Amino acid sequence: MPSLDRPAAKPRPVYLDLPRIRMPIPSVVSFLHRVTGALMLLFGIPLLLYAVSASLASRESWGALEAALAHPLAKLLLIAAAWAFLHHLCAGIRHLLLDVQVGVELAPARRSSVVVFVVSLALTLVVGMKLW
Amino acid sequence: MVTPRHAVGAHYGLRDWLVQRVTAVVMALYALLLAAIALVNGGIGYELWRALFAHGGFKIASFLTMVALLWHAWVGAREIFMDYVKPTGLRLMLQTTTIALLVAYLGWTIQILWGGK
Repeated sequence: MPSLDRPAAKPRPVYLDLPRIRMPIPSVVSFLHRVTGALMLLFGIPLLLYAVSASLASRESWGALEAALAHPLAKLLLIAAAWAFLHHLCAGIRHLLLDVQVGVELAPARRSSVVVFVVSLALTLVVGMKLW
Repeated sequence: MVTPRHAVGAHYGLRDWLVQRVTAVVMALYALLLAAIALVNGGIGYELWRALFAHGGFKIASFLTMVALLWHAWVGAREIFMDYVKPTGLRLMLQTTTIALLVAYLGWTIQILWGGK
């Protein structure tokens, strides 16, 4: 009776030891979903608000913003931001599909993780080509 | 006597799960709206941008999307803190700071949308 060997109450909450976790592709997608989300919260929201504020203030500040974003370093940052957004969006759509029982088996779940990577990187490439 | 045990709690789990999805859909719709406006007009210049943000309906849509974004960010941040930040004091501090920051961002949003000259 294995159930008798089990302790009555498992120690909770469970904490995750990141370096000891082996990550197959779906969990890489999931991990990057979190990382991109955290980055957008930390840097994305304030930068977005700052940019929208500057873009609306006056024609001069719109022009200054445009000029600043034309700098190669700013373009690289924009491409990174686009990737973070697109990965988060694609991984989120995958999540919604999993919620309605689409692709929950192991093989389709792995395939859809690859699709998330491919689609988000391809769209990032499109954004990059538009910028340059 | 055996008291029946109900699996009840504060229902944060279900509510957060649902909030995360509803807010995501709101943001996706707003992004589609912006993309459609850019597509129809062949890009967005200063005049159109100003006109958009002068429109009451667009202000409301932008405000709702920001509320969705900030709420979404809160649910995500809370989840990350719960998973990786073990000391209760530190976690409480991080969560409090995050809430303060997000509410401040909402204030900034209102200022941008309705504080115009």
